[in-house]
Amino acid sequence: MMAPFSEMVVALLLLASGVVVLAAALGLWRLPDFFARLHAPALASTLAAWIVTLASIIHFTVRAGELSLHVWLIIIILSITAPVTTIVLARAALFRRRLAGDDLPPPLSGHEV
Amino acid sequence: MSPLLNLAITVTLGLYALAMGIGLLRLLRGPSAQDRVLALDFLYVVGMLVMLVLAIRYDSSMYFEGAFLMVLFGFVGSLAMAKFLLRGEVIE
Repeated sequence: MMAPFSEMVVALLLLASGVVVLAAALGLWRLPDFFARLHAPALASTLAAWIVTLASIIHFTVRAGELSLHVWLIIIILSITAPVTTIVLARAALFRRRLAGDDLPPPLSGHEV
Repeated sequence: MSPLLNLAITVTLGLYALAMGIGLLRLLRGPSAQDRVLALDFLYVVGMLVMLVLAIRYDSSMYFEGAFLMVLFGFVGSLAMAKFLLRGEVIE
């Protein structure tokens, strides 16, 4: 028996998100430096989260017969919080590496960090 | 729930589990403390995605509340740990 078209779309979207998350994990594992590794998890918290949210919206909208958008809240919260975490973590890493005497680019303005 | 969607959800959860395993390796191995915090933040995000997929699997919106809380507490936790790495104090 053929599955409904909406379920095929949801299945494809979920598989795509699984592949994207796996790519993010591989990036977290394989990239050489902390500042390079900082880029990888953004793939999971942006693209994968958007895809899963789209799949969830399609599934619950078809299931309920009316538009159900409440999962959208997660995307809004995530797109506010993920950059803040990344920037604070990058500043912390920069501070610690400079404290340890690593050869990193100097601060842009004259003052110390 | 068609067998196709069921299979896709199983495969997706397997891929997520694999990704979380790799993230856990980075958490255990990670040369510096900030690597571990980054890996923990990644684990929080993937755990949130698992909750969203389980919401589709069991057709329940309760999982949505769980995912929402995981986003918020993951943010607070990661921010507190990054702040601790920055100064050695969470609240100063």
